[in-house]
Amino acid sequence: MTKADIIETVYDKLGGYSKREAAELVEIVFETLKDTLAKSEKVKISGFGNFVVREKKARMGRNPQTKKPIEISARKVLTFKPSQVLKTTLNK
Amino acid sequence: MTKSDLIEAVAAKGSLTKDKASIVVNSIFDMMVEALKKGDRIEIRNFGNFTVRKYPAYTGRNPKTGKPVSVGEKSMPFFKVGLGLKAKVDKK
Repeated sequence: MTKADIIETVYDKLGGYSKREAAELVEIVFETLKDTLAKSEKVKISGFGNFVVREKKARMGRNPQTKKPIEISARKVLTFKPSQVLKTTLNK
Repeated sequence: MTKSDLIEAVAAKGSLTKDKASIVVNSIFDMMVEALKKGDRIEIRNFGNFTVRKYPAYTGRNPKTGKPVSVGEKSMPFFKVGLGLKAKVDKK
């Protein structure tokens, strides 16, 4: 499934909006999600899951090819924690 | 941010009613759940991909009592962050 499929369904369900408008609205949804996460703010979608930005501390790693130790810098990563409802649905 | 905050943001940015915005947001997540239920992969450019990963059965242990328990095979949703969003979340 891709964004094009999502736009198609949103267009059908919305009614009274052009496909171009439906595409714009779907775009707004994902842009809003991205902008929120860029601010390190958590996004909680009930029945689906939570998107959380986690702060990782710097740690030592190793280049597996040269075996040279290198520092992996501190960074922020995005994680998705599926909701219990979604997990249950997938295992029915 | 919760789903209702997202709906409000979409209503404001897309200048449409909250009812219409909730149709947009809800159909997106409903579709994603349906796709995952079928084991489909979801690909949203610059956001990320959702896939269903199967995990084999294993014998675990009740951490409280130390008793072994068998855990059946299960499917779990997995989210891989897209490159665009990954960079956005970790911007220095």
